[in-house]
Amino acid sequence: MNDVKIVDASGLSCPQPVILTRKAIQEGKFPIRVLVDTGTSRDNVSRMAQSQGCKVTVEAKGDGFVLTLTK
Amino acid sequence: MSSLGRFFASKWGPIITGIAVGVLAPVLVKLGNPGNMGICVACFNRDIAGALGLHRAAPVQYIRPEIIGFVLGALVAALLFREFKPRTGSAPLARFLLGMFAMIGALVFLGCPWRAYLRLGGGDWNAIFGILGLLGGIVLGVVFLRMGYSLGRNRPAPAAVGWLMPALMVGLLLLLVFAPQFGRTAEGQPTGPIFFSTTGPGSQHAPLLIALAVGLLIGFLAQRSRFCTVGGVRDLVLTRDPHLFWGILAVIVAAFVTNLVLGQFKPGFQGQPVAHANALWNFGGMVLAGLAFTLAGGCPGRQLMMSGEGDGDAAIFALGMIVGAGFAHNFNLASSSAGVSPYGPAAVLVGLAFCIVLGLTMREPAR
Repeated sequence: MNDVKIVDASGLSCPQPVILTRKAIQEGKFPIRVLVDTGTSRDNVSRMAQSQGCKVTVEAKGDGFVLTLTK
Repeated sequence: MSSLGRFFASKWGPIITGIAVGVLAPVLVKLGNPGNMGICVACFNRDIAGALGLHRAAPVQYIRPEIIGFVLGALVAALLFREFKPRTGSAPLARFLLGMFAMIGALVFLGCPWRAYLRLGGGDWNAIFGILGLLGGIVLGVVFLRMGYSLGRNRPAPAAVGWLMPALMVGLLLLLVFAPQFGRTAEGQPTGPIFFSTTGPGSQHAPLLIALAVGLLIGFLAQRSRFCTVGGVRDLVLTRDPHLFWGILAVIVAAFVTNLVLGQFKPGFQGQPVAHANALWNFGGMVLAGLAFTLAGGCPGRQLMMSGEGDGDAAIFALGMIVGAGFAHNFNLASSSAGVSPYGPAAVLVGLAFCIVLGLTMREPAR
């Protein structure tokens, strides 16, 4: 699990979670784990990742969500 | 509940919300709101500032129930769908000032992005320059975002923080209903602290309960769908994602059709309601507004909806808009139907300088 790329986007305003995740996708190392804390960021990041050809699984964790992106 | 949630998260969410805005806003005009101002977050916050005596421009004073409805409708949606999350702490002072300058830019144009699209849908071609300015401001904001601009992270906050803005809105509703008159004029007539216009746009309003109901409905829909009139353009530019942009198109088309049906579509540049025909500063005002909204993470409607979800930083932005409206009129910066104030353009330039400095310097601190 050491080579899982973590993107911590919790607490950031729109559209920064999307920008950070897209940057990680462009780096090309999968899986990517994205931490967000609002439904808005969860939906926005999922939509963008899917448009980039990623498979997205969402898990509710604590007060937020963990998105796992694979290709 | 979850299937409804999925529906609003689909591409239909922003479209349905946009149609609701585009249809209901002209209906509110028919019922008494000012022309092409069925809904305007900037104008309505300005009217609220006037009603509270934060400025004394007599024609623009009224506590607009639509604004109260937006926050409370979003609160209800957030509670029902477990999205009420009290949070704050992301550069609140910067957000307050962004709200102030966004308001000053919007009042040089005479409308927020919602009203810019509604004005276009009513045939006010001056809105085209405002919308072009808005696009320019958003694109500039996207440049800063790509360079790493960030106001930093918020943090979870005690529940009370999330309830403050809804509580303020309930307070405004009480002030609207009871309109206390504690003061006396030199002639001994009762006056203030609550002021309501007797002439001008502030005197024109739809019946309270209908305006409140429309606000609640749109607040609910917009919270669910994340409807954002700035995010729609921003996401299109940034990631080619048209999800929110369809909502903007829906507003324009629905407003156009509804205005046609109601006999309110009046195409042209001259003589448009609560508008002026100075193309340069219609453009310039909205460059500032678009940039400030983008740097703050969303349009003024979206900020109100987020404040209903418990976002204390969005609430600070909205309060900054109300205070900014006070300054805009007290400093004679706001435009009117007669034209642009001689001092408005300088204020826009100061606001742009502020936003550019923020855009270049605000970066998330290393953790």
